Amino acid sequence: MIENIDLSLVNWSRAQFALTAIYHWLFVPLTLGLSFILAFMETIYVRTGDETWKKITKFWMTLFGINFAIGVATGIILEFEFGTNWSNYSWFVGDIFGAPLAIEGILAFFLESTFVAVMFFGWNKVGKKFHLASTWLVAVGASLSALWILVANSWMENPVGMIFNPDTARNEMNSFRDVILNPVAIDKFTHTVTSGFVLGSVFVVGISSWFLLRHREEAMARKSILLAGIFGLVSSLLVAFTGDSSARTIARVQPVKFASMEALYEGKSGAGLTVIGALTDKGERIGEKTVHDMKMKLEFPKLLSIMTTGEENGYVPGLKDLVNGNPGKGIVPVSEMMERGKYARQVLIDYKMAKEIGDEASAVALGARFREQDFIDNYFRYFGYSYFDHPWQVIPSVPVIFYSFRIMVGLGFFFILLFILAISFQRRQTLERNRWFLWIALFSVPLAYLASELGWIVTEMGRQPWIIQNLMPVNIAVSNISTGAVQTTFCLFAVLFTALLIAEVSIMVRQIKNGPKH
Amino acid sequence: MIRMASALRSVFLFYYEGFRSMSWWGKKVWLIIIIKLCIIFLLLRLFFFPDFLKTKFRSDRERSDYVIEQLTGNK
Repeated sequence: MIENIDLSLVNWSRAQFALTAIYHWLFVPLTLGLSFILAFMETIYVRTGDETWKKITKFWMTLFGINFAIGVATGIILEFEFGTNWSNYSWFVGDIFGAPLAIEGILAFFLESTFVAVMFFGWNKVGKKFHLASTWLVAVGASLSALWILVANSWMENPVGMIFNPDTARNEMNSFRDVILNPVAIDKFTHTVTSGFVLGSVFVVGISSWFLLRHREEAMARKSILLAGIFGLVSSLLVAFTGDSSARTIARVQPVKFASMEALYEGKSGAGLTVIGALTDKGERIGEKTVHDMKMKLEFPKLLSIMTTGEENGYVPGLKDLVNGNPGKGIVPVSEMMERGKYARQVLIDYKMAKEIGDEASAVALGARFREQDFIDNYFRYFGYSYFDHPWQVIPSVPVIFYSFRIMVGLGFFFILLFILAISFQRRQTLERNRWFLWIALFSVPLAYLASELGWIVTEMGRQPWIIQNLMPVNIAVSNISTGAVQTTFCLFAVLFTALLIAEVSIMVRQIKNGPKH
Repeated sequence: MIRMASALRSVFLFYYEGFRSMSWWGKKVWLIIIIKLCIIFLLLRLFFFPDFLKTKFRSDRERSDYVIEQLTGNK
């Protein structure tokens, strides 16, 4: 039974999933970004016939290949974890999660076995245009592959397009359109993929800067910096735009996460957007959760209200509103949601009992309730709240989300500046003279990874305590297995992934040092 | 039939030649891929990551009943 599940099992299972996802995400964004940069480089080569661009493309393709090969299949482990550690969740989500992942698997297989092979083996065996088409297909295919994963992930943030079947305890998809056009999925896909483009661009600018610092392959480095700088700048602006759209969607569908991102405890009209702030303990509590005060706050007045409501004096609810309710603003208290969730769960219990004792009439009537729109909108949508003892349990870790979000956004703006400077210095032919910039560009490579990982930390930590927003908290989703087994596999993964990372970095560093001639 | 066999032969030769003329880093990453896949599928999947519901229960009915019990039994 769930009440017997040790909390450390939940935490270790979460830690294991986080470890796997974080390592997996070290490989993915470079594939997403570098694949498009390669496609642009090769397009220039095919259009101009300039052999330098062929050499440049082949050099970056080598680094792409190393990253792609080491990263391939690391995501499969996440699927293993669903079946072993998160079995209640896996069963409950049914085909909604399975269908997009299956499409992704098939797409990835065909992509990897055909077009990637043409990219690497086909230089002198297929025509220039066919080779170029393969490179573009790899780039587009990698992003499409990410689309299905992100659609599945977004459903967890905003479950739509399904109906719960009380017979099977599974959610069944009743609208593929709603699942794929989920507003969270659209925002997440555009934001995530463009952030991968930024990471790929920072990588190319950073490594090219290293060549310039060493006075090697200068022509290649300068051309690469210009192309990646332009691509990175456009992508960075798209990241900012999609991030803004994403934040507005979060404010609507996950208001607790949004308030936590801003460390907004008191709801406000004309709320300002905090740019920099240091959180301190206010000496106040919401249940067992610490209320934070803001020190050294730098904010844009009214911007948060404008961003979320479109009005400068629009009301942005704080965590206290969201937990305790605010009837004046139409905000339902969590205690009310808990009652509605408990009612929905009671209907499921009664349905199960009616089936067990053979009371068909009651079973039919109770089962039908799960298809009634009124019951779905007013009761079943709060199903997961029935597992809480206290309303404050819906609040995630505010400091982690607040700081992660600010560092991510700060780095995003830093990359815009980096790309502007890269393009500007390259156009003026002054890159080599500004060695400080080259060093900054080189050390920006790990910062791009940091920003990318922090984005996921905001998303996933901000969603806590939910595994499926409003429907299933993490402690209900976990399998009743031994904590020791999870700890063992956690250590195995830590060793395996660290070894893969060391292998990738060492092979890549050696190949970079060899340069494009080898 | 002959045309299909010829196409298959071309595809085979394409991959064969590609693997044969692979650079040092290509050979190295393929070795890593093979070791990694063996660890993932032969070690982790078989010994550490059995599907919890599939190994504990024989039918979907039993799995459904178990999950419903998990969902409704708490508190």
